Amino acid sequence: MTITSKNPILVVDNVRTVFHTPRGDVRAVDGVSFSLKPGETLGLVGESGSGKSVLGRTVMGLISNDARTTVTGKVTLDGVDVHGVKRKERRKLWGTRVAMVFQDPMTSLNPVKRIGTHITEALRYHLDLDRKTAEERAVDLLTQVGIPEPKRRMTQYPHEMSGGMRQRVVIAMALACDPKVLIADEPTTALDVTVQKQILDLIGSLTTERDMATVLVSHDLGAIAGRTDRVQVMYAGRTAEQGLTSEVFAAPAHPYTDALLASIPQIENAPHSILRAIEGNPPDMANPPSGCRFAPRCGYADATCTSVLPILEPTPGTGRSVACHHPLLAGAVREGSEAAHGR
Amino acid sequence: MAGSGTAHLRDDQERALTVENLVVEFPVTGGTVHAVSDLSIDVLPGETLGILGESGCGKSSAGRALMQLPAPTSGKVRLGDADLTKLKKNEMRQARAKMQMIMQDPVSALNPRRKVKDLVAEGLEIWGFEGKDRAKFVDDLLFAVGLDPDVVRDRRPHELSGGQCQRVCIARSLALDPDVLICDEPVSSLDVSVQAQVLNLLEETRERYNLSMIFIAHDVAVVKNISDRVMVMYLGKTCEVIPSDDMQNKALHPYTRLLLESVPSADDAQNAAARVLESGATKAVELPSPLNPPSGCRFRTRCPLATEQCTKEEPQLREMRPGQFVACHNVSA
Repeated sequence: MTITSKNPILVVDNVRTVFHTPRGDVRAVDGVSFSLKPGETLGLVGESGSGKSVLGRTVMGLISNDARTTVTGKVTLDGVDVHGVKRKERRKLWGTRVAMVFQDPMTSLNPVKRIGTHITEALRYHLDLDRKTAEERAVDLLTQVGIPEPKRRMTQYPHEMSGGMRQRVVIAMALACDPKVLIADEPTTALDVTVQKQILDLIGSLTTERDMATVLVSHDLGAIAGRTDRVQVMYAGRTAEQGLTSEVFAAPAHPYTDALLASIPQIENAPHSILRAIEGNPPDMANPPSGCRFAPRCGYADATCTSVLPILEPTPGTGRSVACHHPLLAGAVREGSEAAHGR
Repeated sequence: MAGSGTAHLRDDQERALTVENLVVEFPVTGGTVHAVSDLSIDVLPGETLGILGESGCGKSSAGRALMQLPAPTSGKVRLGDADLTKLKKNEMRQARAKMQMIMQDPVSALNPRRKVKDLVAEGLEIWGFEGKDRAKFVDDLLFAVGLDPDVVRDRRPHELSGGQCQRVCIARSLALDPDVLICDEPVSSLDVSVQAQVLNLLEETRERYNLSMIFIAHDVAVVKNISDRVMVMYLGKTCEVIPSDDMQNKALHPYTRLLLESVPSADDAQNAAARVLESGATKAVELPSPLNPPSGCRFRTRCPLATEQCTKEEPQLREMRPGQFVACHNVSA
């Protein structure tokens, strides 16, 4: 998980995803940029409705321009403009260049196909392997993702496996064609805590082994904290803050990141301690507030915040960018928030 | 873990709710699901008991069995002076008003066709409202759970967010002035920022109405934050009962330790990398089937300390430190 001076394999430049709905245009992703190098893990964090999953899918090219959707900006994946190429071309990217692990392992497997078929299908389609080689490779993959008795599992159906096992199968499928970029969209949300740890460990070790670039999408800040090199905090379709994970979590500069960290119960807290909650609800994306999207819920908001939309600007002297008119300064003591979240 | 036993019950104190040897089994094709096997708990007035466990450990079945929804296969549930399992249907209905439940999914727990004011007043309607002004009573309740009565009174559940629906559920459960509140994963379907609001509200509510609470959840930190006492369950059995203050550092049962280690933390990546170098990719571990649970200690198939004795003998809850009870053959204080 060390950052080396490689060229970025994935560059996302000012991407906007707008859904045209009967209620009006929903700007699910509103101008997000990042880049990712091989072997690096980026965390996309945010609450539901923050646009993190839509961003993941837009990067993958699963959401692209059509009658009800407009995608602007540019996603460059290993030198290919994902939204600029034809659909058929894009399909060739999937599996070999970029792969995705979805949230719910129950619904991302076909209930009437055997586990083996799920994996060999991709291998035979993308890599043009014969049946026998594909099967051998599939058994190999199942072993790599830590599934006991892989040969027997090949002939089983998804319903015969537990949630954690199924998620391992989904990961094996995603890795089948050696993708350069892996997008994991809430890979552990549907799983139990003990299993969650195993799956995150697995994704982490595979990223290092294969020198993949991984995007880990999650609402769980704890999971992101220990597993990513850099983090991008999303709120209402926009990036609130980005930077090195360790720095962002140690000293959040955006009031939203700060409040989010403080609102999570920590095991270190004394029983019955009152949490510092964020009042209000995330905005309706069909009709977002003017100015800073977080202003209505922000304790530091003033007149500028409600009228002028802050842009993501790098903080001088750090690798950090913050979209806030009144960023919290590192080291400065703020009322009621110092060390409130023992990280 | 397999633990059974009643060593942790506090017979000498006044208790709001006592459960002894609760068993919940569901007959299915090909056998019986042993959802809860021999669970005993007690809750003092004003105390919060957290029940912690993974999915399939029987924590929700236990919560529902307390409400007699459906009634447990066997065991005793005493609320105040009444043994709920022995009551007739009508008496049960009356007794149940003193014990209320908050469900995991607040949106589906509310009738989508009714207005918030009617939803909150439903219990009052059934039991007869004794005060003068019912509308005011409902407004006060809505205000108490942090909703603006003028805004939400005439709305229906689909017009509210998940967090607001959960607040309505809480208002509804408070309407009949219960003694015991059973919360079954009340915050697991909510966003973190909203989760904190609801947890704070539950805490305030418990204090203001002097409620006893049973808080069922899978999140270690959430349970620790809200509870006085935590009970850890695995496959229908009790592993450990521990004061929540001691949980982080003094937990003894191997399963409790496993849960604590699974809490994501900032140095996970390094630890994981070290482990991979040492022993290769982590192997998947399956939860044994509740249709055919392991003999002896039910946790032995995943337990690092398991011995021959664990396959044969079921461990009983033993007091390790004052207030801490562990069901394991192989740990000592």
